[in-house]
Amino acid sequence: MRKIKHGRLATGCADACCLKLEGLSVRLQGDSILEDVSFHLHCGEIVALIGPNGAGKSSLFRSILGQMPYRGSITFSPAGGPAIRLADGTVTGGKRPLVGYVPQAPSFDRGDPVSVLDFFTAATAKWPVWLPVPKGYRERAAASLARVHGEDLLDKPMGALSGGQLQRVLLALALEPVPHILILDEPLSGVDIEGEHQLLEMLDELRTQYDLSIFLSTHDFATLSQFADKVILLNKRVLKAGPPDEVLSSPEFYETFHLRMGKGGEA
Amino acid sequence: MELWYSLVSLLPFEWAQPGTMYFMKHALLAVLVISPLFGILSTMVVHSRMSFFSDALGHSAFTGMAIGALCGFNEPSWAAVIFAILFALLFNLVRRRSALASDTVIGVFSSTAVALGIFLSTLGGRSFTKFNNLLIGDILSVEPAKIGLLALILVLVVLLWAGSFNQLMLSAVHPALADSRGIRVFWQETVFSMAIAVVVTLSMTWVGLLVINSLLVLPAASARNVARNMAQYHLISLLGAVVAGVAGLMTSYYIGASAGAAITLYLAVWFLITFLLRKKG
Repeated sequence: MRKIKHGRLATGCADACCLKLEGLSVRLQGDSILEDVSFHLHCGEIVALIGPNGAGKSSLFRSILGQMPYRGSITFSPAGGPAIRLADGTVTGGKRPLVGYVPQAPSFDRGDPVSVLDFFTAATAKWPVWLPVPKGYRERAAASLARVHGEDLLDKPMGALSGGQLQRVLLALALEPVPHILILDEPLSGVDIEGEHQLLEMLDELRTQYDLSIFLSTHDFATLSQFADKVILLNKRVLKAGPPDEVLSSPEFYETFHLRMGKGGEA
Repeated sequence: MELWYSLVSLLPFEWAQPGTMYFMKHALLAVLVISPLFGILSTMVVHSRMSFFSDALGHSAFTGMAIGALCGFNEPSWAAVIFAILFALLFNLVRRRSALASDTVIGVFSSTAVALGIFLSTLGGRSFTKFNNLLIGDILSVEPAKIGLLALILVLVVLLWAGSFNQLMLSAVHPALADSRGIRVFWQETVFSMAIAVVVTLSMTWVGLLVINSLLVLPAASARNVARNMAQYHLISLLGAVVAGVAGLMTSYYIGASAGAAITLYLAVWFLITFLLRKKG
């Protein structure tokens, strides 16, 4: 599946665009959720976040999205530009980087009268979707969906989509406008093998096409080495970070998931 | 109003004759204003699973009436509107801050409001019977000034719908996603619940506390059975509400029963029909 390893990977953040997290800590009602989390996320890179349930993966995403107060710093340097510091959802020193967010699949009832077009238009345009959606908006939505090969989904009710189709619609939405960083919260859960393959191929296409950083959480360790440049093992703190093979064979990985050494990386 | 009287006189009903039965003409106009109002609000009440909440609001409106009467206002409905708005705001704050499920929070608020209303209205050994008319409602007692007020509210709701329906819908679908796209979810939800509070409180006197929530649930519930997108959903909800509203008023006039109840029964039939026609798959 992987065709190109990104050239900027090995060097530091000197000239490439990069999201830096330094000493990030999050506390929620007295409980420590994240402790001293630091890592870099480069453009064109796919980084996978793994860890047990309750490890703080969603909290980490929400901190980057500015939806959660934290201590420590998150800075973003665009390619060739000065660094921008993001503090608790407010930005000091420049324009906030665009973060595209694909949330854990929202639950639609099968009977929900929300078509993909309604959903898309509601999120991206001012046109109130309780009126019939005009042609112009329809074409725009179709063009966005074409990025994820989903033009034919336009008139389907959201509740009737399969897991993979729903992820593609949410992905198309996160790409409108094209962000600097794309965050996906467990995009592979509830998606069948074919849908998973399609989705990963699409992400690989996107990062080369738009040179954006892709940061996703997953429980599917089997496919990690096929698509991720880097894997971060998180359980409140970063236990291990590095290339997929290195992390998946580390003692930290086995210990976190209560596996015995010598068994494969399936969970 | 003159325009309306002359319009109505074109209808082939005995009460529509010029110079007679003004209460019926007022009632018809009131129904034509109230029913679309409920038809529109209903769509989001059902979509964001707030039917239990709107029920609780009806109860709080009654408490507001009791407070207004106790303070000696001539027009207790304004006190009720203010109380209902505060109720909606407080409810949203508590729901956001607490870890409880929202139906639990609603239960807490609803029972408190009802208890407070009964307590205040029976304070000092007074009789509850003067509030009985609030329970059933009487559309035939509506005055032109009140219709004007309701029409103004209808215009405001349509404006709210034009300006922020999209944000409201996304907030209901996925708060975190809505937030990531710059939508202030808390305020969207709060403004919407305040709108319901105002509409429920102001129309309670005419529709009746006991059936008012059915008007907020049944139109959209029926529309959901058959609609495949938002435009169809709104159209069917609105149409159902207006047709049932007019039919209910007529039935009430000719065979003499509460109009609010008759409207609700028509909506129930409408629900049954759409259920039988429901989309498959």
